[in-house]
Amino acid sequence: MDMKSLYLLVPLAPLAGAMIAGLFCRIIPRWVAHTATIAGVAIAFFASFLIFKDVMAGNTYNGPVYQWLTSGDYRFEVGFLIDQLTVTMMLVVTSVSLMVHIYTIGYMKEDPGYNRFFSYISLFTFSMLILVMSNNFMQLFFGWEAVGLVSYLLIGFWYTRPTAIFANMKAFLVNRVGDFGFILGIGLVLAHFGTLDYAAVFAKAPSLADVTISLFADREWATVSLMSITCILLFIGAMGKSAQVPLHVWLPDSMEGPTPISALIHAATMVTAGIFMVARMSPLFELSDAALTFVIVIGSITALFMGFLGIIQNDIKRVVAYSTLSQLGYMTVALGASAYSVAIFHLMTHAFFKALLFLGAGSVIIGMHHDQDIRNMGGLRKYMPITWITSLIGSLALIGTPFFAGFYSKDSIIEAVALSTIPGAGFAYFAVLAGVFVTAFYSFRMYFLVFHGEERFGKAHDAHGHDAHEGDHDDEEVAHDHHHGLAPGQKPHETPWVVTLPLVLLAIPSVIIGFIGIEPMLFGDYFKGVIHINAEAHPAMSELAHHFHGAVAMATHALTTAPFWLALSGVALSWFFYLKRPDIPAAIKARVEPIYTLLENKYYFDKFNEVVFAGGARLLGRGLWKGGDVGLIDGIVVNGSVRLVNWLASMIRFFQSGHIYHYAFTMIIGVFVLLTLWVSRV
Amino acid sequence: MSGTPLLSLAVWIPILAGFVVLATGSDRNAPLARMLALLGAVAGLLVTLPLYTGFDVTTPAMQFVELAPWIPRFNINYHLGVDGISMLFLILNSFITVIVVLAGWQVIDSKVAQYNAGFLIMSGLLNGIFCSLDGVLFYVFFEASLIPLYLIIGIWGGPNRVYAAFKFFLFTLMGSLLLLIALLYLFIQSGGSFSILDWHQLPIPRGAQLWIFVAFLIAFAVKVPMWPVHTWLPDAHVEAPTGGSIVLAAIALKLGAYGFLRFSLPIVPDAAHELSGLVVGLSLIAIVYIGFVALVQEDMKKLVAYSSIAHMGFVTLGFFMFSAMGIEGALVQMVSHGFVSGAMFFCIGVMYDRVHSRQIADYGGVVNTMPKFAAFFMLFAMANAGLPATSGFVGEFMVILGAVKYNFWVAFAAATSLIVGAAYTLWMYKRVIFGAVGNHHVEELTDINGREFLVLALLAIGTLGMGLYPQPFTEVMHSSVNELLRHISISKIQ
Repeated sequence: MDMKSLYLLVPLAPLAGAMIAGLFCRIIPRWVAHTATIAGVAIAFFASFLIFKDVMAGNTYNGPVYQWLTSGDYRFEVGFLIDQLTVTMMLVVTSVSLMVHIYTIGYMKEDPGYNRFFSYISLFTFSMLILVMSNNFMQLFFGWEAVGLVSYLLIGFWYTRPTAIFANMKAFLVNRVGDFGFILGIGLVLAHFGTLDYAAVFAKAPSLADVTISLFADREWATVSLMSITCILLFIGAMGKSAQVPLHVWLPDSMEGPTPISALIHAATMVTAGIFMVARMSPLFELSDAALTFVIVIGSITALFMGFLGIIQNDIKRVVAYSTLSQLGYMTVALGASAYSVAIFHLMTHAFFKALLFLGAGSVIIGMHHDQDIRNMGGLRKYMPITWITSLIGSLALIGTPFFAGFYSKDSIIEAVALSTIPGAGFAYFAVLAGVFVTAFYSFRMYFLVFHGEERFGKAHDAHGHDAHEGDHDDEEVAHDHHHGLAPGQKPHETPWVVTLPLVLLAIPSVIIGFIGIEPMLFGDYFKGVIHINAEAHPAMSELAHHFHGAVAMATHALTTAPFWLALSGVALSWFFYLKRPDIPAAIKARVEPIYTLLENKYYFDKFNEVVFAGGARLLGRGLWKGGDVGLIDGIVVNGSVRLVNWLASMIRFFQSGHIYHYAFTMIIGVFVLLTLWVSRV
Repeated sequence: MSGTPLLSLAVWIPILAGFVVLATGSDRNAPLARMLALLGAVAGLLVTLPLYTGFDVTTPAMQFVELAPWIPRFNINYHLGVDGISMLFLILNSFITVIVVLAGWQVIDSKVAQYNAGFLIMSGLLNGIFCSLDGVLFYVFFEASLIPLYLIIGIWGGPNRVYAAFKFFLFTLMGSLLLLIALLYLFIQSGGSFSILDWHQLPIPRGAQLWIFVAFLIAFAVKVPMWPVHTWLPDAHVEAPTGGSIVLAAIALKLGAYGFLRFSLPIVPDAAHELSGLVVGLSLIAIVYIGFVALVQEDMKKLVAYSSIAHMGFVTLGFFMFSAMGIEGALVQMVSHGFVSGAMFFCIGVMYDRVHSRQIADYGGVVNTMPKFAAFFMLFAMANAGLPATSGFVGEFMVILGAVKYNFWVAFAAATSLIVGAAYTLWMYKRVIFGAVGNHHVEELTDINGREFLVLALLAIGTLGMGLYPQPFTEVMHSSVNELLRHISISKIQ
């Protein structure tokens, strides 16, 4: 088989699986659905692996599959760009997807929408592969929207739940706000580069570095750098998809979806599409310090402030969700510091350990009979040993324990930011450093509350945070993932092997992938020719390379640096607070009530959006409709002219009375008037 | 094949079939009337297909031309022909006619023959509009096509049908009068020719161009419809039967837009350039203002009607940017809107047939009882929101990208439809389809039957096919659009 067919096979195999499971979801038995989709994704994974080896041998590819559209001088194609960056993403996507597919067999066992679910996650895999394998902006946008669609379908998978169908609409619309910027950015690229092909655009970029455009009637003050505005608009797209403040609001709500997709879509792959995109566009972003500053500031705000929210969450999935937001902020900060390869590296390590944490959380949820409140857990390590160990590994990786995967990527980010000279890097450095402590604190708060300490499950249910779901118990069909909880006296149980196997398989890369990957990916030639860094203007990466003396040295050296001690103190503090002296958090909470309320309300972003944007739009719509269409146009102009015609007609009717003496009288007056006029003229 | 008068067949086969159906008379023969109508519609579609397969994409000239004197005294001719701009609309129209006949199959049970005959005759007349190259012939078709639609709304429509039909008729008649005056002026000015192609070459002073442009603008703006002469459309849709709404949205709205390309731009290019700002402004109002209005509609048909107006805003916007991307994007949008809006109205019809309500509030949780339908409806809702891989994306994408080059802020305003369009479509979808079963009507719903499945599948194939591979649709346009652009870049003021 030649390479091009192999490239085609990668996205098409999951698509075929999705179509089998989706189009015939009412006919085929469950085993057909999961076999077909798992086979599709497995084929994609192995094909990706072969392509990876081929790329390592130096064979990259950039070419069209078919011509989508031509118009005027523009050509739009569907095509593939296969290089190191692409193949890294392909491996991450297909491997995590494969794990999630297997896991789903266990997690969705009792769900009536089993086949549909498999169809969706395979369709997602297809879309994500189209996105990462694209060689042009048009197809990128294609994949971009397609993953958004599947995300929408999956968040609203349990479509009878009001919270789920609100969350999925919210997710889609917030993403559309990002896409609004994204498509304008693409439009600027097309207008000024004349093509949407990556290679052609990147080749032409340096010659347009100093071009300015006027945004308003050629005024001086409205003149902006083309590259800056383009990059910022593109990044707005990334902010939607990768959930950066203020477009992050959809991600916590997306936890309404089943847990496997939280792992696959809302942690490991789709939300990192924005990071991938910016890394792919490095030749453009390198030309604009303004855009990079924007990126790093947004990233650091997300990294720190979303971490704070993780501290007060009690829903196990939401803790992980806020941690995802915060980690996405770290990746974005790396992008802003021109450390694109580090961002991709963190993307990769994060994909594994965050998928692991989510799937671990899902396993806990199964074990707890769909109770998600960590206040009702505790001491689970006795009952769920595999879940416990793998979750511990995931948490250690997340907080950046030396030698674990997350350590290498996160520490590199912190170092790169420290060395960056971009405006905003100072704030970013503070944010990522403080974030280390926060991450360690909330991660181990969750870990201790779930796996250690007093066993709080199996008690009366009045401690529930989610009263809204009470009363759902009789509704067996839709009750999955609802807060059933364990009956009094009932114990949690370890989950079946289809659930724990993916945990184990994901735990392995969560430990080793950083150690293996750091040298080639960050400091070797791995991304050479793929990621462009203007080393003179943005020297962080090259300086970082000077400091690097091997993976072991990096880990041992870290023991003497701030991030390690911050992480350790975070763990220690959470141990003290939540295992040793559980009364302290409550006391603190009472002391700092206003801050707690602020965090509880997630900085009031949701309320603001609901009132100002959603409410405002409805108000505006009603105003335009009732005032404009019904009032002005129909009321005054249309019906007004009808009334005018009516009035004229009634006037005419008045004269056409049918009485001969009226006509005679009128004639006489007319003759009289005419005579008068005639006489007076003379 | 070259000798076959394909265009005449495309016009007269449906009309003839319409009269045959009419001849079946009363409802005792309803099954026969339906069969004959379907036969006529399919035959009408089949004769338009060679227009595509035999189309020469390399020339901008009129093809399949037929020319015969009609009223020699006034130099009026029976002159037909298509180019890359008009050809697709004959096929689309004939396709939609098949859809409409199928859509009314079990639903219409009174005056069946008359109903189907109305649509067939209208189909022929609409084909006539798209291929007339003579001003009077165009005008006759343009006006005559109003009558069947007027009757369809007035006879098979809802409770307020007379008001709606009247409003529809008056609005369009007002525009038509101005069109007639402009055509007569051109007849005199050209020294006695009604040939549209002659008019394209006719030098016209600036002042006259402006007047003619305004007359055309009003005539076509009503049909598109553009803001602020759009208010007849939601009323007409609400009262029209499903088939009427489908034709109205899928084809009738395209007439005005087609008029811009066939008349306004090539005949009075200087005025078109001069007043392009006005049209662009009105188009943006249509996109933004109407988008917000659509958001708050309680009636599904009104909502989709308003969304139609917003989508047609992209069409007029694309035309008046005077770029290949803009015009081709607009044409793509027109074809796509034919599929998508037709499908949306059909979907609403499917629910209306069962529950007899179009109010969003009367539904909720339809997916529980109609999963197959919900899947189709999701596809078309997403196409309506302009999701890639559906046809709804292609036109909007091209127009927005073209607009960035034209003026960044125009693109900015147009791109808001990405958000607002998704908001009104998905919010409606959420309230109607998702959720727990809303009431006993929804609980008693039965999923789509074979006929409905067939209609939805046909429209889905069109929507997806055009979204995944739009090239076959645009490649036929290139020569004609480029020629049009070349033509309108030359001043006609002497």
